[in-house]
Amino acid sequence: MDATSTLLTGAGYWNPLAWLLGLLAAIIIAWLIYSMGEKGYKPGTAQAEPFISGNKEPEKGMVHVRAGNLYWGYLEALRGYYDRLVPLHSGNLHDYILWYLGITALFLVLVVIIS
Amino acid sequence: MIPAFIVENSPALMVIVPLVAAFLSPFIGRISSMVRSIWVGGAMAVTSTIALILALDVYSAGTRLYVFGASAASAAVPPDSGGIPIRIIFEIDQMSALMLVITAISGFAIILYSLSSERSHTGLESFYTLYLLMITGILGMVSTGDIFNFFVFLEILSLASAGLIAYRVDGGVAVEAALKYFVLSTIGALAILVAIGIYYGQYNALNMAMIAARMQFSVLDQVALVLIIAALAMKCGAVPMHFWTPDAYSMAPSSITALLVVASQASLYGLFRTVFTLYNVTLNAATVGWLIIILGVLSMVVGVTMAIPQKNVKRLMAYHAVSQTGYMLLGVGVGLAVLGNQSLLDAFGYMAMEGGIFHIINHAMYKGLLFLTAGAIFLRVGTYNLNRMGGLGHSMKWTMVFFVIGALAIAGIPPFNGFASKLMIYESVFVFNPLLAVIAMVVSILTLASFVKVFHSIFMGPALPEYSGVREAPMPMLVGMGILAVVVILFGLFPGIVVESLITPAAHALVDQGAYIGAVLGGA
Repeated sequence: MDATSTLLTGAGYWNPLAWLLGLLAAIIIAWLIYSMGEKGYKPGTAQAEPFISGNKEPEKGMVHVRAGNLYWGYLEALRGYYDRLVPLHSGNLHDYILWYLGITALFLVLVVIIS
Repeated sequence: MIPAFIVENSPALMVIVPLVAAFLSPFIGRISSMVRSIWVGGAMAVTSTIALILALDVYSAGTRLYVFGASAASAAVPPDSGGIPIRIIFEIDQMSALMLVITAISGFAIILYSLSSERSHTGLESFYTLYLLMITGILGMVSTGDIFNFFVFLEILSLASAGLIAYRVDGGVAVEAALKYFVLSTIGALAILVAIGIYYGQYNALNMAMIAARMQFSVLDQVALVLIIAALAMKCGAVPMHFWTPDAYSMAPSSITALLVVASQASLYGLFRTVFTLYNVTLNAATVGWLIIILGVLSMVVGVTMAIPQKNVKRLMAYHAVSQTGYMLLGVGVGLAVLGNQSLLDAFGYMAMEGGIFHIINHAMYKGLLFLTAGAIFLRVGTYNLNRMGGLGHSMKWTMVFFVIGALAIAGIPPFNGFASKLMIYESVFVFNPLLAVIAMVVSILTLASFVKVFHSIFMGPALPEYSGVREAPMPMLVGMGILAVVVILFGLFPGIVVESLITPAAHALVDQGAYIGAVLGGA
């Protein structure tokens, strides 16, 4: 048994411990770059406050982007797909049963008759 | 070290213990709720221990046979039975053992969580009885070698699950979800019962090994195969028969939703056991394999695309459960499609199956973990609506850490366990059909996008005033989540060891029909 737990995948391999070492090296390099950055930053001062074109910062609870506003563009781009897919999830038990029976009938045709 | 009696009778004990504990639970509960908690927690701990002992024994010593009513396993075929194994037999090979491991770990972690999460609810005498019956049903389904017995355990599981889905009532919505699940499960179970009747009428046997040995793949066998595939595919939430899944998963208590994931996988196990053990090379492997692959691809794509616009975190996770089931169907379906061709099976078929089977245990762990985090959040903020959440990372740090672990694992991000099983599926399926592998990878990207949204919506942003008093989840719930999180991390860090010791033997046991038959009929 491989103590380093290399996973052979047929076409290649995967070793998480080696990957973690690589990640650690990347974090160290990132930290070194960060440590060479601007030293004058002072958290908690006016320097750290957001600048919104001179407007007053809204209440904290008002600036959180809610789930309903995320991926709007994605949903708009695929509106045609969702307009067909969502209504299928009707919540109606009769529809659910029909889908199940329909798929069973289709499989019967494919397995018993055609193949 | 472990008494021989326990090891020898572990197949029976792991079903009897939760069954007896379930029916005594309401009486024990009349003493006090604390005593009931110790009782059900202890019963689940004992059940999990026995299941793990049995699994360990199977992985080290090979397939275990347990013949109910006989003095020894060698008496599987009584001398006066006409060569037919008439007794109920539990046959536990490495594939069954893997399912035992899943149930043991998940069942124990979830009961720890439940003891805290359900503490303030009424009706707990029914809750824990039904919980332990679910465990009984799952363990029985994955252990039995008798197809009618499989049906019985499936029914125990379905009845208990329906009761628990309806447990919160929730203005009747939970009851409606349970009704949908129950009606569909009953129709599916009837189809399976018809299939069992077909086998019995033709082969005069209910033992799976016996049926497999006599399998002719006649027209009636083909009808029985379709009835079982469709019913169990519906039970495991495969598209387009998945509609009950978001309804039931979202309305059940979160602990029960986590266990429903394991229950769905027991149905998936039944599906794989049927095609590989009952039929194997007698069936038209390419046709049936491609049917399962198509179910898998549809489940992956429809599941993830339906998840993205969801506003209810549990409905969203439920659709992801459908999507992840697609990976399992895809991996094992590819293995089935090349079943008759040994060179293709060796080239990529086994790897695809191992990827699919590895994904079963990985999914049980990380999806169980995600549902438990959703339950912890609901306990504190009283809503599943993502639009009403935000900033909880300030007050629920451990829950956030567990959520991140589960989310990265389900999205297939290294070094978590989901990455390892998905990598095996990608690479092996790519050799079979590159388009399928590309679809699987795109689905993973969409899964990541979906969970980025959930993470942002729940945990990121400033602490919201309405949740200023929110505290971290109670310690027992954190321990339950922690157990699953540790498994997710360990399986991700040491996938080679897991695959070599658990997954590869399970895949080979599933394919090796001769060994399964021989364990029962070998001495007959």
